[in-house]
Amino acid sequence: MNQLMRFSRLHGDSKVAPFVAILVILTLLASMGNLLMPEDSAFYVSTYTITLLGKYLCYAMLALAVDVIWGYCGILSLGHGAFFALGGYAMGMYLMRQIGDRGVYGNPELPDFMVFLNWTELPWFWQGMDQFWFAMLMVLLVPGILAFVFGWLAFRSRVTGVYLSIMTQALTYALLLAFFRNEMGFGGNNGLTDFKDILGFDLQADTTRVTLFAITALLLAVILVVSHKILQSRMGKVIVAIRDGESRARFIGYRTERFKVWLFVYSALIAGIAGALYVPQVGIINPGEFSPLNSIEMVIWVAVGGRGTLIGAIVGALLVNFAKTKFTAIMPDGWLFALGALFVFVTLYLPQGLMGLYQKMVNKRRSGGGDNDARPADDKVDTAPAIKGGDA
Amino acid sequence: MRRLFATLCCYVAASLTSVYANEPIEVDADPATVAAVSSPPLSATMVETEEPVSVAGLLINLTEVKLSKALPVLKQLEILGGLDMLPMFKGMLEGDLYFVKASKEVVIISTVDGELTAQGVLSKKQLADVSKSQLKKIRVNNKLRGFLKQAIARLHISHPDSDKRLAAVQTLLTHLSDDTIATLIAARVNEADEDVQAMIDLALALYQADSKDPAERLIAVNIMADSLEGDARNKLVKLAENDTDTQVKVAAAKALKQINEKIEFYGFIDQLFFGLSLGSVLLLAAIGLAITFGVMGVINMAHGEMIMLGAYTTYVVQLMMPNAIEYSLWVAIPLAFVVSGCVGILIERGVIRHLHGRPLETLLATFGISLILQQLVRTVFSPLNRQVASPEWMSGSLEINPILSLTLNRLYILAFALLVFGLLLIILRKTSLGLNVRAVSQNRDMAKAMGIRTDWVDAMTFGLGSGIAGIAGVALSQLTNVGPNLGQAYIIDSFMVVVFGGVGNLWGTLVAAFSLGIANKFLEPVTGAVLASIFVLIFIILFIQKRPKGLFPQKGRAAE
Repeated sequence: MNQLMRFSRLHGDSKVAPFVAILVILTLLASMGNLLMPEDSAFYVSTYTITLLGKYLCYAMLALAVDVIWGYCGILSLGHGAFFALGGYAMGMYLMRQIGDRGVYGNPELPDFMVFLNWTELPWFWQGMDQFWFAMLMVLLVPGILAFVFGWLAFRSRVTGVYLSIMTQALTYALLLAFFRNEMGFGGNNGLTDFKDILGFDLQADTTRVTLFAITALLLAVILVVSHKILQSRMGKVIVAIRDGESRARFIGYRTERFKVWLFVYSALIAGIAGALYVPQVGIINPGEFSPLNSIEMVIWVAVGGRGTLIGAIVGALLVNFAKTKFTAIMPDGWLFALGALFVFVTLYLPQGLMGLYQKMVNKRRSGGGDNDARPADDKVDTAPAIKGGDA
Repeated sequence: MRRLFATLCCYVAASLTSVYANEPIEVDADPATVAAVSSPPLSATMVETEEPVSVAGLLINLTEVKLSKALPVLKQLEILGGLDMLPMFKGMLEGDLYFVKASKEVVIISTVDGELTAQGVLSKKQLADVSKSQLKKIRVNNKLRGFLKQAIARLHISHPDSDKRLAAVQTLLTHLSDDTIATLIAARVNEADEDVQAMIDLALALYQADSKDPAERLIAVNIMADSLEGDARNKLVKLAENDTDTQVKVAAAKALKQINEKIEFYGFIDQLFFGLSLGSVLLLAAIGLAITFGVMGVINMAHGEMIMLGAYTTYVVQLMMPNAIEYSLWVAIPLAFVVSGCVGILIERGVIRHLHGRPLETLLATFGISLILQQLVRTVFSPLNRQVASPEWMSGSLEINPILSLTLNRLYILAFALLVFGLLLIILRKTSLGLNVRAVSQNRDMAKAMGIRTDWVDAMTFGLGSGIAGIAGVALSQLTNVGPNLGQAYIIDSFMVVVFGGVGNLWGTLVAAFSLGIANKFLEPVTGAVLASIFVLIFIILFIQKRPKGLFPQKGRAAE
């Protein structure tokens, strides 16, 4: 019964297609609400809201990246903020070069902070970043290569469970320290900001904002579908097998570390893309994005939505961030209390997240509501294998 | 040595007049009459012409002369007043020397319990109801300050405390005038303390290094070669570069090399000490984590907050007993253990117990708890850093020589960390709780089968580990400011120590803490603090590749 449940969750019983449809429709409505409606109309969507939604969607993409690796492979990464920020920095560097001589110091070649630091020429790693295609390549390559090297080192020597989690946290912490240094050449404490335009379009213009938002939504949908396909494939089944019993999968003959490394790299790529989309919409990237707290917050988005469901990660990210925006506006001091309580509550009482809750309610209705005995059993068996995968 | 002393005695015998041996001249103690007698007041020029003068007269003079003319007056005061002038000179150096506008009486002011009090320099009497408006400050400039420091040192040479004498001679090294040397020679005769003797000899050697006779300079160089004082070194550098006599030049260069080698050596010791100090902090922070991780296999992300709670306990204890800061730590240490330990047990009973066998969820839940605790402290105590006072006996430093001085608080914390480590070792080895803890950490199921209440052991272990974190907080409060983020920085470092040392092995934790601390401090001067910690992180990531179970892995089947 339990095997069947998990099998069904991996296959036909997915809500991806309707979810993508809803996402696309909502995006279209919001975009039209901003561009076509007059400002005093009830259907008008402000540019601020559009940017905010775009930001949420970037977070949702990031949550998707975490879910792919944590929900399906049992690898709890507390360092996905690093990949996100690296993608963001690559995009930020491109936008920085686009400023040209419109900066405060009016130097056509060097960004303002370099002029401020009395640098005379562009460091080697800034070369080529004025080309959009090159910058986009870097958005993928830098997080990808870092994930590959880290994953290859870690998974090959079978670092798993909490060890791996803390190692990933140490990774992002080390990068945080490094990017705070002015000598690194990434703007130090202040990061990169004051962007003017992207591919010639003004970043402040409504149309650019809406386009960026729409691109984010579209890419999110594409990544969601691709991830779903990957995880439905043969490879996806092996990955779930690794989560539920890595030793067993290895004994059967799979090189589990290879699957893990590639999934880790794939997840890092998604995070990098999310970062690259985030920066032009928010208008700044600074080392704070590397902070371990950010990375661990992403995990809680996934946990709230329900891990191992993809859609749950997106829903969780949207809900938690919406709550954060509302909460910090009403009582700023209370947010950390609420977030902390959320961590405890979700892990204790909602291990399958909102999607799990939803699934349970659906099951209950289907079986006529009287099926009380089956639920706790489901719960237990459902979570236990996932844990073992992380622990072994 | 003896020869140098003899030559110097002859050298300055002429200048060694009786003034220094003389008792201070008796003066009329009543300032009012002095003021009356000596009016019309003496002018600055009169000081130079009119002799003999009284201390009282000079003091009045001091209130009137221009700043640039005050030096001769002070010089005379030193000669005439002798030791009696010490408080006045000190007061003047601190800028607390005033005179009453009406009576011209020179007074030293001090503020006791927020009230201004003025004491007459000569009368030694407290003046009743003075206000700042009645007083005028006697001004000092840097030139006068320099003289005052020297004069105070000269007067201190006959102080009964040998440490004071040593410090006095040390102050004199920077500026050796003829009369200073005379004082020193006189003091050398009666000096019984060996350290002070050596310091005086060094001063004399420094003076002799300017002698015209190359042979004498050579003797001086040889004496200076044994010293680590900065003044001696500067002098040697000068001699090695500019001396006319090649023999002296070579000797000076050789002495300089010797000194530099010594400085390098002590610099090394200094770095080692700082490394050990950092290691002791890491040890205190990590050891609690090592126990809980070893026994329960879960990471308590709120461990850093247990440290923070300990530090805040110290702060609160000091608030409660502001008059007994000296003893506050003795109260704070057990209290911090109890507070953090209880919070730890609460966390274990309330949350971690329900997440048994799910280490990743435990990690998330405890992280949530750490957020709540941090925000709680921010709400209760304010987000600003709090300063925790150090007791008297912990401040200051142990001066081994002029280059190497070990700060006492770091020294005590090092000893304290080792003490805690020893105690913990005894608890784990000799008590029944320790036996149970070891049994559960080796094989939980088997221990349970043998009748050990693993639930209880878990709670106790968690309490113990958290309590030790609390103690670490007390120690940390003596090194840094206490703030809500105090603990956050330590969770990653502590975990690195545990991973590096090997889980469930206290000795491994000890070795790992100290080696990481020392490595960090030795890398710092080469790479800078930030890069040093990055390198250490990278090193550990690579280290796990080779030895995933740490330096001292647990052996046996149960380890997997």
